[in-house]
Amino acid sequence: MTPLSQLDSSVKTAENFEEKKPGKTAKPAVIKISVADLNFFYGKTQALHNIALEIPEREVMAFIGPSGCGKSTFLRTLNRMNDTIPGARVEGSVKIDAKNIYAPGTDVVNLRRKVGMVFQKSNPFPKSIFDNVAYGIRINQMARNKADLNERVEKALTDSALWDEVKDRMKASAFGLSGGQQQRLCIARALAVEPEVVLMDEPASALDPIATQKIEELIVELKKNYTIVIVTHNMQQASRVSDKTAFFLLGKLIEVNSTRRMFTNPDQRLTEDYITGRFG
Amino acid sequence: MENAAIENQSFAGADVQNSRGKRQLVSSIMTTLTAACAVFAIFLLLAILGYIAVRGVASLNLQFLIDTPKPVGEGGGIGNAIVGSLMMTGLASLIGLPIGVAAGVYLAEYGNNWFGKIVRFVADTMTGIPSIIVGIFVFTLFVLPMGRQSGLAGSLALAIIMIPIVARTTEEMIRLVPNSMREGALALGAPNWRVTWDIVLPAAKSGIATGAMLAIARVSGETAPLLFTALNSRFYNFYYDQPMASLTVQIYNYATGPFEVEWRMAWAATLILMLLILAINIAVRYLTRKRF
Repeated sequence: MTPLSQLDSSVKTAENFEEKKPGKTAKPAVIKISVADLNFFYGKTQALHNIALEIPEREVMAFIGPSGCGKSTFLRTLNRMNDTIPGARVEGSVKIDAKNIYAPGTDVVNLRRKVGMVFQKSNPFPKSIFDNVAYGIRINQMARNKADLNERVEKALTDSALWDEVKDRMKASAFGLSGGQQQRLCIARALAVEPEVVLMDEPASALDPIATQKIEELIVELKKNYTIVIVTHNMQQASRVSDKTAFFLLGKLIEVNSTRRMFTNPDQRLTEDYITGRFG
Repeated sequence: MENAAIENQSFAGADVQNSRGKRQLVSSIMTTLTAACAVFAIFLLLAILGYIAVRGVASLNLQFLIDTPKPVGEGGGIGNAIVGSLMMTGLASLIGLPIGVAAGVYLAEYGNNWFGKIVRFVADTMTGIPSIIVGIFVFTLFVLPMGRQSGLAGSLALAIIMIPIVARTTEEMIRLVPNSMREGALALGAPNWRVTWDIVLPAAKSGIATGAMLAIARVSGETAPLLFTALNSRFYNFYYDQPMASLTVQIYNYATGPFEVEWRMAWAATLILMLLILAINIAVRYLTRKRF
């Protein structure tokens, strides 16, 4: 009767679960992001209510919840991407490495370098594949010379499992890539600036199952070096890739728990109802 | 239309027969009407171009393209006018395009405030102002203090006409760049000005170029603002501080002259002007073609 039995259609999921758990409990988690009393407003409409949440370092946290529940909005408060929206207002604090990113005098440009983002729709620049990945390295002046730049681009593309597919056409337009490749290119672009946190807003929602699987494998791989926060509508995906899951509903954070517990025996009735498909 | 008819044959219901017949009738009438209007519009354009070509070609020869105007009966040409037009349109573009594009960038990226609204309103009003008023404006503020008409004054007048056109088309084109592209760059730690410079402008490049081209084509055909400002010249003049000839003013002079030989030269000059605008068009399209 566990919700998991309904969701768990693939064997792979079950394997992931078994692999993931044992080592996990032993490792003391360092808190990377700590959110307290966060309220968010679009003009007069309050989109987030008193969110408090801690995200451990080098883990994957998934945000789930129905459309419009505020999970994307919340994700975008973590690198102040909402600053660009007219009328948006934030109360409360978001601390990354114990520093409040909403404190006056925060360098937003620097913050965004540290907290990278991958969007729902792949958004490559109208440039070549190489220049797409090199862009962040160039604007942040990270490469010592041309060779170093090439090396960094190659590393980012390798890390995002795209290198073998594009190494022979680095000068070709990024728009010539398939949807899945474009999304991995955007991940490579984000990784190239060596962020500490990677935010992913439904990174696989527009992709076919094979491309989705590649992205998911990638996320599990990236966890070794990065703290990852992923918004997803796909609960199987959340269960496959994440260590912790947070459930949002109507702008409120209902429950945060280890993913395993969340999908087998959640603390909140609302969470269980959502996961088993009774609403949403 | 034929396709629709074929599709409809697969439906056999008797009760829909009547309404289908009516629908097809309306459809074919409307299609014919709009097609007729399209043909008419194209016909007018082709008729004008064709007439100019036929009338112009007759008086066209190399000497005509090189010579300066001469007394009636001694030949003469439009060499100095071609040079003057290119020089003034060129300088006007150098002044007008950067200012116009920059203003358009401001309006699109930072102009969502009262100041932006005012600028937008003024720009829209300026595009509607008759160009002769711009000529008078430059005459009063520039030609009178300077003491004489000049190529520089003519260029200024043309630039003033260009700026609002370029600003508004640039703004529209930049607004078409998807916001997700800006966010992608911002998320990499790019400051605003770099997002605009590296991402938004290249993405809007071909649209901005089209707007620039329209502005250049528009001022290449202007006569009124040059009458008071650049005046005219019977000689080759390569200095911007002297009165300067232009194709349009030369056409005006030839066309209003009393002799038929002058009218023929007006036709030929018109043809050259048309070809020049066409060449600028093609060149800009080629230079800003989509590479990515």
